[in-house]
Amino acid sequence: MAATATAPTQADKTAIAGPGSPRKARSFKQRALTPYAMLAPGIVLFLVFMAAPIAYTLVLSFQQKKVSGLGLGKGAQSTVFAGFDNYIRSVTDPEFTASVLRVLTYGAILIPLMLGFALLFALLLDSRRTRAGNFSRTAIFLPYAVPAVISSLLWGFLYLPGVSPFHFVADRLGIALPSLLNPDLITFAIANIALWGGVGFNMIVMYTSLKAVPQEIYEAAKLDGASEIQTALRIKIPIIAPSVVMTALFSMIATLQVFAEPTTLRPLANSLSTSWSPLMLVYRDAFTRNDIYSAAATSIIIALATFAISFLFLRIVQKRAFGQEN
Amino acid sequence: MSTPTEIREKPSFLSTGILILGALYCLFPVIWVVAAASKSSDELFSTFTFAPSVHLWNNIVELTAYRDGVFWRWMLNTALYAGVGALLSTWVSALSGYVLAKYDFPGKNGVFKVLLMGVLVPGVILAIPQYLMLAQLGLTNTYWSVLLPQIISPYGIYLARIYAAASVPGDVIEAARTEGAKDMYIFNRIALPMMLPGLVTIFLFQFVAIWNNFMLPYIMLGDDTLFPLTVGLNGLLNQGATAPALYTLVLAGALLSIIPLVIMFLFLQRYWRVDLAAGAVKA
Repeated sequence: MAATATAPTQADKTAIAGPGSPRKARSFKQRALTPYAMLAPGIVLFLVFMAAPIAYTLVLSFQQKKVSGLGLGKGAQSTVFAGFDNYIRSVTDPEFTASVLRVLTYGAILIPLMLGFALLFALLLDSRRTRAGNFSRTAIFLPYAVPAVISSLLWGFLYLPGVSPFHFVADRLGIALPSLLNPDLITFAIANIALWGGVGFNMIVMYTSLKAVPQEIYEAAKLDGASEIQTALRIKIPIIAPSVVMTALFSMIATLQVFAEPTTLRPLANSLSTSWSPLMLVYRDAFTRNDIYSAAATSIIIALATFAISFLFLRIVQKRAFGQEN
Repeated sequence: MSTPTEIREKPSFLSTGILILGALYCLFPVIWVVAAASKSSDELFSTFTFAPSVHLWNNIVELTAYRDGVFWRWMLNTALYAGVGALLSTWVSALSGYVLAKYDFPGKNGVFKVLLMGVLVPGVILAIPQYLMLAQLGLTNTYWSVLLPQIISPYGIYLARIYAAASVPGDVIEAARTEGAKDMYIFNRIALPMMLPGLVTIFLFQFVAIWNNFMLPYIMLGDDTLFPLTVGLNGLLNQGATAPALYTLVLAGALLSIIPLVIMFLFLQRYWRVDLAAGAVKA
């Protein structure tokens, strides 16, 4: 985040002098407190709905329920400190490892395809030789307006053998198409839903940063005899590399949290377990099994993994993508 | 796209063709649902999947009759959660971003850094502890439980800081202050209008995020009259597994729920210029 975090401070150089300003209409004390009072709504909401839940999850993750005697009556159940028990149980739970593996496979299919197509579309939109750009841009961006539940529902029916146009075509051609909702293909099926929903947004992000590049650079490249593909590979892609990095980061975070798509597909696909993704597992532990302590530990593990991946990824790419800034 | 003075280069069929293929892929499920929502439940599994039929109105009437029009409740609820939630969120983000950009005070950078870390916190991880906390206050299964947690948006604050720094000149604030204007008056009457184009983008971001959110309301709500569309349609689909006649209602519902957002999108397209890396949304 280093590169983005420093961005605003430069613009802030115009910030007006606050409490130290010589022209103060009201008492110094009142003026000094003003910014804090104005930040209060944001800070309070942040503390209540972000900081406190994280702290609470941490506390829960180190606790467990202790049942004494038969577990009947008041005081028979108490909460005790559990150390790392919940964490050890989560990490060694084969269902958890299986869900992590599934999500990694899903991400490995989804992210390169989604960003690859987003980049291709953005470059094509930016090319002066492309026609019908407005139509294509709007159409490709449109799925972003469709909630994941609805898009899963639509694709779910499109996969369903009795309804699917893919099966219709395959039947006519005499090919026996396996159900796209069977256990072997379901990961691809879910990745396609996320691809459909995400490619347009990422395309817009990359296209916006392409538009910010001064046109003179391209003119110069053209005068030097660079072809359009050369310009794209040697000039455009390196210039928008920071955007690509950020879209990759946000896509990875989203991948780890996949929940709505598999949950919605479950009624249509028997092969989807209630622990298909790590977050579905957390949900099941917390609400179906009433084991909030395990759910809390698993949540913390997912959050830590998210941070670790974000951090590592930025460290790896920062030297390459942002290196030329210094 | 190209200005009249620019010389139009020779069109490329290949690049135009690839983009149109991409566009067709993205329109494919939308076109399909228009056809599918017009079929009776027998036709859904028998006629060619893209062949439209004449039962669209009938399906909408049946959907409206389902549990005394609960579908339209979901529609209104979604509009309420997304509309009110995004408005409040935009205002809080604008105020916080404005203060962070335009005031100097001890602890400013600390506050900003902590808020910025919030951008990376996986939002859905928060939903379960939020549920447990709101349950202790007796607020689960109310409108508040879905509305309140979605007002804070670290990314919105981050963007608002950039807009405020770029669009509100320091001398304007100083001039207003010399004339005796109070800080909140300056923010609401002077800074807010100047930041407006950027704020529309923050509003849209948050609106879409809340409209699309599934996990939070799924966890918080039990009463189906409080559901947003996402949770409602998910429930309807679940029931469809045992009563396939409901499938046509699900599809009609899916079609109806896409329409408002698609219309909003087409009208507000110019505000979607997102540059995540520069942290800026150029409006």
